[in-house]
Amino acid sequence: MSHRAFPWFGMDIGGTLVKLVYFEPKDITTEEEQEEVENLRSIRHYLTSNTAYGTTGIRDVHLEMKDLSLCGRTGNLHFIRFPTHDLPVFMQMGRNKHFSSLHTTLCATGGGAYKFESDFRTMADLELHKLDELDCLVRGVLYIDSVITSGPSECYYFENPSDLDHCAQKPYTLENDYPLLLVNIGSGVSILAVYSENNYKRVTGTSLGGGTFLGLCCLLTGCSTFEEALEMASQGESTHVDKLVRDIYGGDYERFGLPGWTVASSFSREPEHRWDLARATLVTITNNIGSITRMCALNENIERVVFVGNFLRVNILSMKLLAYAMDYWSNGQLKALFLRHEGYFGAVGALLGLLHPS
Amino acid sequence: MAECGRVDSNTSSHTMDKSITLPPDEIFRNMENAKRFAIDIGGSLTKLAYYSTVQHKVAKVRSFDHSTKEAAGDKLYEIAVQEEVTARLHFIKFENAYIETCLDFIKDHLVNTETKVIKATGGGAHKFKELIERKLGLKVDKEDEMTCLIKGCNFVLKNIPHEAFVYAKHADSEFRFQTTNPDIFPYLLVNIGSGVSIVKVESEDKFERIGGSSIGGGTFWGLGALLTKTKRFDELLQLASKGQHSSVDMLVKDIYGGSYACLGLTGDLIASSFGKSATADKEFSNEDMAKSLLHMISNDIGQLACLYAKLHNLSRVYFGGFFIRGHPVTMHTITYSINFFTKGEVQALFLRHEGYLGAIGAFLKGAEEDNPNQYSWGENYAGSSGLMSVSPDMNPMQRARSGTFDMLEMDRLDRQLVNLPLLQDPSSYIPDTVDLTEDAQAREYWLSCFEEALDGVVKRAVASQPDIPEAAERAEKFRQKYLHKLQTLRHQPFAYGSLTVRSLLDTREHCLNEFNFPDPYSKIKERENDIALKYYEKAVKSLEELSWEDRQFALVRGVLAGNVFDWGAKAVSEVLESNPEFGFEEAKRRLEDRPWLVDSFDQWLERLKGPPHRCALFFVDNSGVDIILGVMPFVRELLSRGTEVVLASNSGPALNDVTNSELQILTERIAAMDPVIDSALREDRLTLVQDGSSSPCLDLSRLDKVLAMLVRERQTDLVIIEGMGRAIHTNYYAMLSCESLKMAVIKNSWLADRLGGKLFSVVFKYEVPAGKPH
Repeated sequence: MSHRAFPWFGMDIGGTLVKLVYFEPKDITTEEEQEEVENLRSIRHYLTSNTAYGTTGIRDVHLEMKDLSLCGRTGNLHFIRFPTHDLPVFMQMGRNKHFSSLHTTLCATGGGAYKFESDFRTMADLELHKLDELDCLVRGVLYIDSVITSGPSECYYFENPSDLDHCAQKPYTLENDYPLLLVNIGSGVSILAVYSENNYKRVTGTSLGGGTFLGLCCLLTGCSTFEEALEMASQGESTHVDKLVRDIYGGDYERFGLPGWTVASSFSREPEHRWDLARATLVTITNNIGSITRMCALNENIERVVFVGNFLRVNILSMKLLAYAMDYWSNGQLKALFLRHEGYFGAVGALLGLLHPS
Repeated sequence: MAECGRVDSNTSSHTMDKSITLPPDEIFRNMENAKRFAIDIGGSLTKLAYYSTVQHKVAKVRSFDHSTKEAAGDKLYEIAVQEEVTARLHFIKFENAYIETCLDFIKDHLVNTETKVIKATGGGAHKFKELIERKLGLKVDKEDEMTCLIKGCNFVLKNIPHEAFVYAKHADSEFRFQTTNPDIFPYLLVNIGSGVSIVKVESEDKFERIGGSSIGGGTFWGLGALLTKTKRFDELLQLASKGQHSSVDMLVKDIYGGSYACLGLTGDLIASSFGKSATADKEFSNEDMAKSLLHMISNDIGQLACLYAKLHNLSRVYFGGFFIRGHPVTMHTITYSINFFTKGEVQALFLRHEGYLGAIGAFLKGAEEDNPNQYSWGENYAGSSGLMSVSPDMNPMQRARSGTFDMLEMDRLDRQLVNLPLLQDPSSYIPDTVDLTEDAQAREYWLSCFEEALDGVVKRAVASQPDIPEAAERAEKFRQKYLHKLQTLRHQPFAYGSLTVRSLLDTREHCLNEFNFPDPYSKIKERENDIALKYYEKAVKSLEELSWEDRQFALVRGVLAGNVFDWGAKAVSEVLESNPEFGFEEAKRRLEDRPWLVDSFDQWLERLKGPPHRCALFFVDNSGVDIILGVMPFVRELLSRGTEVVLASNSGPALNDVTNSELQILTERIAAMDPVIDSALREDRLTLVQDGSSSPCLDLSRLDKVLAMLVRERQTDLVIIEGMGRAIHTNYYAMLSCESLKMAVIKNSWLADRLGGKLFSVVFKYEVPAGKPH
């Protein structure tokens, strides 16, 4: 059986992060092992035996998919990320490890696949096979959801979203049940209506996304990483910065059915602490995405919304807020769904593009 | 420019004199007659509304009794100047810092009010409640903010033509005013205050807040202050207008290296707001951050507005709130956002009196028993400041005003105004032929023309009140006021909506009324009418001697020649005074020979050979020869053909135009000489009706309701519009659903030139709507 030569990579070069998925074959025969060139082995060894690369590369070990059958092979799928501004370091590494000697095709998606195409050529002697990011995203989501693996369910939702303290993650099966609204929150946000694997459209997008959260947090609090910003947000209280309906009306605005806790105006008050600012930024951006998403769902007449993208990584607060916003403002009509591999679907789609060119 | 320092709580009225550029009695006009109050206190501005009565002079004409007729000598009718009381709404906007001194002033001048309550709305209403109650002794009665806003919005959309506009930063004229659509509902109002409220308005009383957002003006202000350490909203906007957002925002090209072509996303599109500031080791300029923030918030609001408009299938979206309030920067970014998200399907609309909506609404809530919504109201150009630009690049004259007081006055009209039912498409009808806001060359000409004519108008005003010694002083005040208006309009042609010859004429009439010159032409009109009446019988007789076909031509020439008589046409008026009969003939001689500049006389003649019209509606123009020797014989012929005639004339005086009450008397006098007119009057085949206006021009979308009813009842199938003001400056392109005849002589050489003709060129435009045999 012929298949693509190893190594199998899929890469998604976004505005902030590069996402890389790597398939590590575990069913290598002795014969294969003898034929495996040194460079290939060295790459495999480097990627699988480390969980951090350089100063900024990270392998999300908890997301690793073990014993995955892909194109007649069995192996583990690894998920690696590093900041886009470190892409030159990555290219240098590829050059050092003589990646180009493997004559493989590197499938890449995301804007960076276009922006850095010539850099890959000149710096790493690599030719990129460019794929559309939304095609990859949809393909990746549907693929990962369809793969049955042991371990936690890929898709989940929050039970009791209106009770922030008692809401709990519950597994959910998408099972290709269309239509879906797919909301990808990266640096910016894209909202897609998906009707089948090959039939989707981009409904709209907003520039108020993960990049805005981090960008504003850096300016307002002096932090420099997403983790730092989230950590501050978790300690803060947004109501110290936001003006609520009850701050204006003393309670609910009954004439229009607005509960007193609704944020009337974000950032309308003098903050006390930096972490309050981080929290308010997070809540504002998240609620805004929720609001636009809800309107799109209504306009497109879609009830299930899948949120993906790296803004949601380790960001349980935003996920709960989104779950709550979808549920509350739609009177339970809309269901917010989340996927464990948050930001990696584009990269997975790129890998699939390598294996099953369409 | 006045320093607008904060007024501390112990100041007395002398502080006010220092800080207000206009004397207080110029601002709080007619306060002694104020009957009812409302106040809208926002974050920085207070809007006060009051209903007051204005006593002013009106000229009335009255026929002499038969018994006293001899005693009256040679006078045709009696002209009496009477005092009349009319209702007026005053709205004043000032900074919250002045609130206390303003309240003191109001208290001192409040004498005739019986009200015990002041309606209040706005976020600051509760903060100043105690102060207002203590100072004025009125009970503050709070009204819901949103309800007031919607009520106010409905009111201005219904009553103020050119209230809404589209903003286009780089166009020849920044403001493109919308024609008044008689059907204002449904619409979406996006109010951008601290937060955003999106309200769907379906009827006068039915509206719903369908959505909103916490990212609004407060977010711009709050976040902007945190990012730039600039505390003032206006300064933040100034910063933003100077910045480059691309240094802070991550654009599509920053991610892709170019555009994302297959999705049609251009490289300059913002992919992630503040996406480039996600770093600890780079400094960003205040200007750039403010700009990025402005874009982020405007785009977000625009996007939400579009999503709501789409979901509710609404195409009219009005934006208001302090974030917008006449700021060109925010109007531009919101407009840009709406265009981007709807690809031009929805237009972002803004309102000239947006800042007053809450105050107007609160006032209306308190005045429900007076039924203000049952009346039509008109913006008084003399008493209203007009739209001020707060753009930093604007000239200093206006900047000085923006920090002080702004006023809007609306007169309650005696009659309810509606559309002419015969307009082909009321929603696209534009009365004015040339929009001077868009045509800079025409604007310059007409502004200068009105400036040059001012001396003559002043002279005429003084002469009209020979027995009143202080008339000269008043006339001088009138001159100053109108001159100032013209200067304002030179700098801000958009101040009162689209600038047109009509609005310039109307503004002049409003200013004349303001200084109690209700009818400067009354005596001249009387004399002209008197002289012309003497020749009526002779004129009719000579027409009757002509063959049918020759007569039809002579009748048209008569109307046109009569229309040459105008006090603007000096050469002709001198002849008229010495020998009217000769003058009339002289005027005919001066008329352009056929073919005329616009000439559909042959078609008209053909039409006359067919069956008579059921009913003709005739909008008449000048007094004297025009109405008596031109129009009346023409009307007589129509009546003889079996066509009913409705003669529409102005309700109030404007220049030498014949008014309805004058025409009543003239028609009676003609009826006494002419059995045709007499029987037509008695049999109701000739009806006189007022048009509801006091303008030398004609707005067919604001006509007396009675006229509209009559037009419908009589099944009017012909509309005749006469004169330069009504048929050329306005309605030249008006499309009617029935036959129409527009007749005018061009008595202005510049306009003649513009239309490709010369002085005394004739416009005879007979039109049959497409798809109708006649």
